[in-house]
Amino acid sequence: MQRIGVFVCWCGSNIAATVDVEAVAEALSHEPGVVFSANYQYMCSEAGQNLIKDAIRDHQLTGVVICSCSPRMHEQTFRKTAAAAGLNPYMVEIANIREQCSWIHKDKAAGTEKAIILGRAAVAKVHLNAPLVAGESPVTKRALVIGGGIAGIQTALDIADAGFEVDIVEKEPTIGGKMTQLDKTFPTLDCAACILTPKMVDCAQDERIHIYAYSEVEKVEGFVGNFTVTIKKKARFVDETKCTGCGLCTEKCPQKKVPNLFNLGLDTRRAIYIPFAQAVPKVATIDADYCNMLKNGKCGVCAKVCTAGAIDYKQTDQHIEEKYGAIVVATGYNPIKLDSFEEYAYAQSPDVVTSLEFERLTNAAGPTGGTLLRPSDGKHPHTIVFVQCVGSRDTSGCGKPYCSKICCMYTAKHAMLTRDKYPDTEVYVFYIDVRTPGKNFDEFYRRAVEEYGVHYIKGMVGKVAPQADGTLMVQASDLISNEQLHISADMVVLAAAIEPDKSARPLATMLTASMDTNDFFTEAHPKLRPVESPTAGIFLSGACQGPKDIPETVAQAGAAASKVIGLLSKNKLTGNPCVARSDEMLCNGCSSCEKVCPYGAISYEDKEFRMPNRTVAIRRVAKVNPAVCQGCGACTVACPSGAMDLLGFSNRQIMAEVDAICK
Amino acid sequence: MTNSQELKETLARISGVDVRKCMRCGKCSGTCPAYDEMEYHPHEFVYMVEKGEIEKLMASPSLYKCLSCFACVERCPRGVEPAKVVEAVRLLVIRQQGCNHMTPDQIPALLDEDLPQQAIVSAMRKYSK
Amino acid sequence: MIFSYYPGCTLKNKAAELDRTARLAAERLGFTLEELPEWQCCGGVFSSARDEIASKLAAVRALAAARDAGHDLVTLCSACHNVLKQANDAMAHDADFAMKANNYMQLETPYHGETRVLHYLEVLRDVVGWDRVAAAVTHPLAGQKVAAYYGCLLLRPGAVMAMDNPENPVIMEDFLRALGADPVIYPYRNECCGGYITLEDPDLAAKKSRQVADSAAGFGAQQMVTACPLCLYNIHKNAADGPEICYFTELLAQALGVGGKGARDDQ
Repeated sequence: MQRIGVFVCWCGSNIAATVDVEAVAEALSHEPGVVFSANYQYMCSEAGQNLIKDAIRDHQLTGVVICSCSPRMHEQTFRKTAAAAGLNPYMVEIANIREQCSWIHKDKAAGTEKAIILGRAAVAKVHLNAPLVAGESPVTKRALVIGGGIAGIQTALDIADAGFEVDIVEKEPTIGGKMTQLDKTFPTLDCAACILTPKMVDCAQDERIHIYAYSEVEKVEGFVGNFTVTIKKKARFVDETKCTGCGLCTEKCPQKKVPNLFNLGLDTRRAIYIPFAQAVPKVATIDADYCNMLKNGKCGVCAKVCTAGAIDYKQTDQHIEEKYGAIVVATGYNPIKLDSFEEYAYAQSPDVVTSLEFERLTNAAGPTGGTLLRPSDGKHPHTIVFVQCVGSRDTSGCGKPYCSKICCMYTAKHAMLTRDKYPDTEVYVFYIDVRTPGKNFDEFYRRAVEEYGVHYIKGMVGKVAPQADGTLMVQASDLISNEQLHISADMVVLAAAIEPDKSARPLATMLTASMDTNDFFTEAHPKLRPVESPTAGIFLSGACQGPKDIPETVAQAGAAASKVIGLLSKNKLTGNPCVARSDEMLCNGCSSCEKVCPYGAISYEDKEFRMPNRTVAIRRVAKVNPAVCQGCGACTVACPSGAMDLLGFSNRQIMAEVDAICK
Repeated sequence: MTNSQELKETLARISGVDVRKCMRCGKCSGTCPAYDEMEYHPHEFVYMVEKGEIEKLMASPSLYKCLSCFACVERCPRGVEPAKVVEAVRLLVIRQQGCNHMTPDQIPALLDEDLPQQAIVSAMRKYSK
Repeated sequence: MIFSYYPGCTLKNKAAELDRTARLAAERLGFTLEELPEWQCCGGVFSSARDEIASKLAAVRALAAARDAGHDLVTLCSACHNVLKQANDAMAHDADFAMKANNYMQLETPYHGETRVLHYLEVLRDVVGWDRVAAAVTHPLAGQKVAAYYGCLLLRPGAVMAMDNPENPVIMEDFLRALGADPVIYPYRNECCGGYITLEDPDLAAKKSRQVADSAAGFGAQQMVTACPLCLYNIHKNAADGPEICYFTELLAQALGVGGKGARDDQ
C-alpha cells in the first residue's frame, strides 16, 4: 500500500474562487492510502514546496498528488521538489483542477465536485506508479540551421562564436534571404546590403560554419542531441570547388530570356547566373529549366568560356548524411499570391506592384538601377498610391487573419524615401490602422507625414481601374472626411500579407514540430519559451514563427542560438523515462507497433523462449529503443495483443483513473 | 427592452450579418458604385446598426440607392456583407403596412418599349412587399 | 447531351434573341436544351433576407424539377443564373431555409441542392470545350474588337457563382477568342450598369452605364457583349453613341453560321 500525500493549491483566486479547496483536501484525505492532505495558497512557491518536502519526510510518503494547474506548467517543478526530498520524481501525479476545472466552471459546487473527482483519479493512478529512472544519451556537438536568411545567418554566427560547428542549409543558390532584396531598412534607413553582406562573408569565412547552398533537408531521424539528417545538394551543374565567380559565363550565355527571380521577374537574366554581386557562395548555377545544353544538348557556351573548367553538365543531385545535436528552423516568409485580390488589378497592370517589387525598383542593383520608373513605360511616376493590409487581417478566406506586422513601417519608409528623392511625386497611403509599436517607429511614421508630406488617408481602396491612357484610377474611401476619392495614379503599391515559406509545412512533418493553422511554427510557450519548439532539440528563429521585422528577427536568432549553445554544452542528456515497453510474453511480432511509430523507435529481434516440455521456440518480438521513444503512446493503442505499454501511463493506471472517475 | 435593441435583433435575424465583425476599414465604401448618391454610406450602415441607430437609416433615401451589385460583399476583408445589411434595413421599412416604396400602379408610367421584364420584377422585389 | 433549360421571363419577351440564338447555337454544337415544363419567374433578384422563403420557391421548384428530370440545369440570363445558384446554395447549406422550403413545397422527394446549375457559358467551357467551339466556327469574327461585359450578377457572390475569378474573369474573353474575335479587357467589365435602379433613379443608372461603355470604348471596343437583358437595356439606352451591345449568343450564332446578330434588327 502506498502512503500518499495530497496537496491542493489555491493558485491565489484562480482555483480558490470556483473550487472549495478546503473541501477538496478534506474529501481526498479519506481516499485509500492517503495519509496526509493539505491546501495552500501557492503550492509552487518556495513555502509551498517546503510544505511538500516536509510532508514527504515527516509522513514517509511514497506517492504525491498535487491538485493544481496543468502539468505543462509545473509538473517539472513538483517532480524536482519530490526528488529533493528523496522521493522518485515519477511518484508525483498532477490533477489539473485549474485549466480543466476552475477556469471553465462558474458554479462553485460543481467545480468543487469535479476537482474532487479529478483528485481521486490521480490518487488511484499513484497507487500503481512505480519509480522510474531516466536514461542518458550523448550529444552530437554540431548544429543544423535550416534557412540562410538573416535569421539563419545570425543564429549560425552566434553558435559558431561559442565554438560549435554549425551547418546552414539554404535552398537558394546563395544565403542572404529576403534581406538581400531590400533597399533600405527602417527606422534608421541603413542600406540593407551594407549591413547584411559582412555577415554573409563572416559565415563563409568562419571555419566552424559550413554552408550547404542550393540544398534542401530531405530526411530527419533521431531525437534531441542525436539527429541524423539527409541533405539534398541540388545539382548546380557547376563545380563549386572550381568556380571562381568571375561571372564570364553569365555574360556569354545565349539564353537571355529567363525571368530574374532575384528581381521578382521585373527583368531577365541568363540561364547560367549568380543571383547578385555579393552572393555567398559566389558560384554560378545553371537553371535547368532554361539551359539549352541541358534541355536538348545544343549549346555548351558556358563550358567553353569557363577558364576554371567548372561547368559540369553531368552533375547530379547529391545526398549527404550528417549528425546534429540541435536543429534550428529559420525558413522565413514570402509575400502571398494576389490572385484573390484582383480588384487591385495586380495581374491586369504592370504598374500595380507589390512592396517587395517596389524595393527592387528603388534598389541600385535592381532592374532600373535604383531610379524609380514605371514598369509599363519606364517613365517617372508622379502620383503613387500605397495600399496597406492587402490580404492581412482578412477573415474572408482570401487572405490571412493575422496582422503582417512589417507593412506599416516599410510602407512609411517607401513613402518617405519616394518624397525625399522625388519631391514632385505625390504619395498617398491608405491605411486601416497605422501600427508602429517599436523603438523610434512611430516617430519615423510621423516624420513621413510631417516632414515629407506623405498623404495618409484613413480608408481603403475598393478598386484600381487601369485606364486607356495608362493611368490607374484608384477608387477609395476617406473615412475621416466621409467621401469617396478618385485618384488618378501612375503607380499603385500593394502591401501584400506575408506567409510562412511553403517549405515549412513538409519540414514540420519531418521534424515532428507543431505548427499553427497559418503554418507558422508553434513555440513551446508563447511567453516563456518563445524560441523553442515543443519538440525537444528543435529551435525557432525569425519569421517562420510569426511575422517579424529585422531587429526582432536578429534578437530572436540570438536567443535561439543561446538555447542551442546551452544544449550543445552538455555532454549527456537525461531522457524521458515514460517510454513504451513491450511484454515479450504477449508480443506476437505482428509489426503493428513498428508501422505506427513516428520516431522509428521499434525494431524486432528473434528471441529464444522456453516452452512446455523443455522445448525451445524462437519468436520474433518487438523491442523499443528507449533513447528514441518519445512516449507518444501510438504503439500501445495499435498493439492487438496488449503487449505494448507506456511506463508511467500503463493501461492499468489509466483504467484505474477511469474507474475512480466513474465511481 | 428598448426599441433600438429590438430592431437590432430583428435586423441581425433578417440579414444574418454580425456587424461586430467589421474592423472599420471602409473598403465597402471605397468600392460602392452608388456612393455619391447616398446619404449614409455602406460603412455607416454597418456602424450605425452596431450603435443601434437603425431608425435613422430607416428614414434615409439611401435605402433605395443600393444597386445590390454585391461589390462590397465580394471585397469585404472580414466577410461582413454590407449589402445584406442595407437590404435588411429596407425590409424593416417596406414590411410595414403601407410602406411600399414602389407600387404596381406606378409601373406603367416608368415603362418604355425596351425595358426588360427582369427590371420590373427586380424593382418590385426590392422596393415593395 | 441533354440539359434542363430555364429560360426565364425576359427571354420569352424582350430578350427573345438571347433565347433564340442560344438554342440555334446549341443545336449546332450538339447539345439539347430541354425547357422545363412549368417554370415560373425567378423573381429577378435573390433576396438576401434569411427569413424570406416564399419569394425563393419558384427557383427551388425549377431546381427540383431538373433533379427529377436527371439533368443539369442551364440558364442564360445573368439574373436567373444568379437566383438559381443562390437558391441552390441555400438549399444545400442553409438547413433552416431548406427545411422551411421543403415544408412549403411538399415535394415527393425533398430537395437539398442536388442539381448542378450551369450558365450557358459554363456549358461551352466545361462541357463542349473552347476547342470544339472554335472548330465549329464557320464565320470567324476575325479582327473584331469585342468587349465582354460581365456586370455583377454573373460573377458575384464569387463563392456561390463559382464560375470565374470575380475580379479578373476570363470566361467571356476565352469565348470571344474561340469565335476568332479580339477581346478587349477594360476595368469596368465587372462593375454594375445600375440594374433595376433604372426605374427608381434613371440618372444614376445612366451614369453607371456610361462609365462602363466609355471605358470599353476607350480601350478600343467596337462591340460589347453581355448575358444580361438588363445590362443590355441600360447600356443601349444610356450609351447609344458608344459601342453596340448585343447578347453573347448572337455573336455565337453568327460565328457558327446559324443566323445571329442582325436578325434582331431585321425583324
